[in-house]
Amino acid sequence: MKRHQNLILLGVVLLLALIPLWLVQRPAAGADGKQVEIFAGADNKAKDMIGQIDPGYTPWFEPLMQPASAEIASLLFALQAALGAGFIGYYLGVSVTRERMSRQAQKQSETPDEINNLVD
Amino acid sequence: MHIMEGFLPVEHAFGWTIASTPFVAYGIYAVKKRIRDNPEQRMLLGVAAAFTFVLSALKLPSVTGSCSHPTGTGLGAILFGPAAMAPIGMVVLLFQALLLAHGGLTTLGANTFSMAIVGPFAAAALFGLARRLKLSFAVSVFIAASMADLLTYVTTSAQLAWAFPDPEGGFVASFAKFAGIFAITQIPLAISEGLLTVVIFNALKRFNARELQDMNLLSRTEVRV
Repeated sequence: MKRHQNLILLGVVLLLALIPLWLVQRPAAGADGKQVEIFAGADNKAKDMIGQIDPGYTPWFEPLMQPASAEIASLLFALQAALGAGFIGYYLGVSVTRERMSRQAQKQSETPDEINNLVD
Repeated sequence: MHIMEGFLPVEHAFGWTIASTPFVAYGIYAVKKRIRDNPEQRMLLGVAAAFTFVLSALKLPSVTGSCSHPTGTGLGAILFGPAAMAPIGMVVLLFQALLLAHGGLTTLGANTFSMAIVGPFAAAALFGLARRLKLSFAVSVFIAASMADLLTYVTTSAQLAWAFPDPEGGFVASFAKFAGIFAITQIPLAISEGLLTVVIFNALKRFNARELQDMNLLSRTEVRV
């Protein structure tokens, strides 16, 4: 268990993301024949809920910059994730190498005779 | 948990901004002091920030049929204390507000309060409590990170319910509606976030045990297990 713990945990995360895709059925199209959107953002749903609770509310400020299209938005989200993941990967890479080198150094200092014998 | 730009009434928007400011200011002070005293922890601080960056960009599907994203604040809150995550979380939210029109400047205070203040403080408190109850390191991390994620969304629901009480049922009815959107959707995502945070901590434990020990997160006996 311990050895494969990370793999198991990542597998569970993957399942948690996949199960909804398989579980959630698209509701039948409404009376106007429009397909009901599924897997929309919760933030947007909350915005619609505000409209339901207080139909008179008008937002008093607009975003300064809108991504030009959904593609540009997904580009920026991918960039955000890539930057973060890249840094974490770099740090772990450095850490792995450092740990290995320090362990080698330790081994060498523990067994100087053997090394000397090898040199001889 | 992003309240959209302009979707909080003016007084709420300013109120949450004022409420968040001291946390962010103290957080900046705390981070600076930490880096001055322990310059070798700079990279690890970067990892905490990067983790929030990644996780808050991942919009995952949930069983409710809508998508939402984790917050990633638990890791940094456990490593560096909750205050440090306030400025870090705010920077992430600012990036999304300015470039992605996701969240907003007027709602930055409220969003910072839920994601970068309530979440991290809950994580740090629960982690401390779980450790005192002698729960294992991994279980403590899982509880802290997943609850930080969930409580962030509960906070957002409360913020919206306060600003938009139901005409009949008031705050409670409105809170139930918003929590139905945010908190229920978030439950599986919170579990995912808890698990991912445990994965990162497993790696840190294996390759950076000395740092964690220096930060008093691991006892000597827990290294190399």
